[in-house]
Amino acid sequence: MGELRLMKGNEALAEAAIRAGVDAYFGYPITPQSEVIEYLMAEKPEERTGMVVLQAESELAAINMVYGAAGAGKKVMTSSSSPGVSLKQEGLSYIAGAELPCVYANVVRGGPGLGTIQPSQADYFQSVKGGGHGDYKQIVLAPASVQEMADFVKLGFELAFQYRIAVLILSDGVIGQMMEKVELFEQMPRMSDDEIAEKYPWAVTGKKKGAERTIITSLDLDSRKMEEHNHHLQRKYAEIIDKEVRYELIQCDDAEYIIVAYGSSARIAQKTIQLAREKGIKVGLLRLITLFPFPNVQIQELCKRGIKGWLAVEMSAGQMVEDVMLAVNGNGKVAHYGRYGGIVHTPEEVLQALEEKIIGE
Amino acid sequence: MSTITLEDIIKPENLVYKKTELLTDNVMSYCPGCGHGTAHRITMEVIEEFDLEEKTIGIAPVGCSVLAYEFMNIDMIQAAHGRAPAVATGIKRVYPNKIVFSYQGDGDLAAIGTAETIHACNRGERIVIIFINNGIYGMTGGQMAPTTLPGMISSTSPYGRVVESMGNPLKITELVAQLPGTYFVTRQAVHTPAAVRRTKRAIKKAFENQLTNKPGLSFVEIVSNCNSGWKMTPVDSNIWMEENMFPYYPLGDIKVDGELVKQK
Ligand SMILES: Cc1ncc(C[n+]2csc(CCOP(=O)(O)OP(=O)(O)O)c2C)c(N)n1
Ligand code: SF4
Repeated sequence: MGELRLMKGNEALAEAAIRAGVDAYFGYPITPQSEVIEYLMAEKPEERTGMVVLQAESELAAINMVYGAAGAGKKVMTSSSSPGVSLKQEGLSYIAGAELPCVYANVVRGGPGLGTIQPSQADYFQSVKGGGHGDYKQIVLAPASVQEMADFVKLGFELAFQYRIAVLILSDGVIGQMMEKVELFEQMPRMSDDEIAEKYPWAVTGKKKGAERTIITSLDLDSRKMEEHNHHLQRKYAEIIDKEVRYELIQCDDAEYIIVAYGSSARIAQKTIQLAREKGIKVGLLRLITLFPFPNVQIQELCKRGIKGWLAVEMSAGQMVEDVMLAVNGNGKVAHYGRYGGIVHTPEEVLQALEEKIIGE
Repeated sequence: MSTITLEDIIKPENLVYKKTELLTDNVMSYCPGCGHGTAHRITMEVIEEFDLEEKTIGIAPVGCSVLAYEFMNIDMIQAAHGRAPAVATGIKRVYPNKIVFSYQGDGDLAAIGTAETIHACNRGERIVIIFINNGIYGMTGGQMAPTTLPGMISSTSPYGRVVESMGNPLKITELVAQLPGTYFVTRQAVHTPAAVRRTKRAIKKAFENQLTNKPGLSFVEIVSNCNSGWKMTPVDSNIWMEENMFPYYPLGDIKVDGELVKQK
């Protein structure tokens, strides 16, 4: 069994970064995720593993530092919260175009604008639909515990390098700030420069004499080649949809109704299910772990089993619910419930919404 | 009398100058007469002369030199508009033993990327920045740059740059020279053979600084022409540059070995 610790979500993410053998972290402070860079600076990872930690002048600079280091084949990470993640969108689009691997976290707070420092899930569209310009996707992992804040760093890098894609750990102010028991995985080694040059021929590490040079770019002025590149990206995203959907079904075996939720809303909904079942309502929970890819096929399977209604619970005005509607495709009732702007809904509020919006009518 | 054929002339013993292997054979996309090509050539010559090909990573900007990676025969990354110093920082921090440089225009470096430029300089990143100042946005068709001279006509200052409303030309090179993080700051040109030789020496010094891990960033500005954007012939553009750009952007070293050079 790994080392057990009581930690904040943000701290667990930071500790996991060191343990995952990450080469560099570039970040900029913003509530509610500043503990990530604070923890890293305090831990002196340059002494523990040789990991570089740098406070950048902005989120824009930080994501471009990630672009550079990732292009050179290194394991590199950044994190921020909503306003800062908006600034990163330019860099993320370039990372998608140039197909670079990286992991970043968004500890979401309420918006729009400067909004609030309280938790929110209102960055769903930005995360799964491509917040920057162009036709692109990133893998989105939604942790619902401090444990997953740590574990998804490791999983994130595996996926990022397998598909050469950005992996977003889409957290929120609740998961980032709350303290829980976490079992930390063992320290993983960092790769040597020679191993990187050998293993990642796409990375710029210096051109060997007589060899072809390596170029990292997202530009092609020839539209036919650009269309072909886009086809290639779409094939990659299709493969990810095929192979990487992750979710958890809780008490769905006998369910007549299903709540769909992720992150802290999924934690809250678990309590709702307990309350509902005490009243004899047969409701289950579909907890999304990947938001992209989305479990369309799995939802369609559940529809075939005759689920009568779906309640999408999220701390937003209704974003994920659109993907639930697309998946259900008319084969059942779908409604949304959520408090937002920094307010966290209670299990009782969710139950009331389930009774009124799904069961009642 | 025997005739001399081309084969008689093209012999190794007659060779006095050769294109560096570190430039590709791709046809350059630059307008004839533009200084970008010369700046590319001497940069690559310096890398070749120091034998740095295997450990150098270059960063191309957004601007006319966005395709620098098509011409520079080394490993290259193309950065978003203005972000090259941040990209360079990311690489240099994870590969302190590699040689990292960015090549940027004035719009890229001194407008949209001002923050990235100043902070990379201020942190003393041990990189080289080669900065082509042609006083205009060449790539997008000749719009006003932060470096456009007062009264100078561009497509977005069609009646000339009015400093009261459009601001003064930004001397970013003098600005970064003030930061303790810069180790070598110089302003050069590539419009005459003598200027090319001086600029090559400056670029050499810049790379040497990085190679010997000198504490700070080496910044080489090259005041250059954009004959297309300025709507002049190449020859006229060089005369115009001497008469108008050089008085505002005087050539010479500004900071050497971490010390500001006393201006006469
Ligand atoms: C974010 C963004 N804004 C604007 C542009 C359009 N754009 C491309 S190049 C350029 C100006 C380049 O000028 P400069 O850096 O002076 O280089 P030059 O072309 O003169 O060599 C602009 C505004 C862009 N590509 N990206
Ligand atoms: S537009 Fe200007 S800067 Fe660009 S290649 Fe032509 S002359 Fe050079």
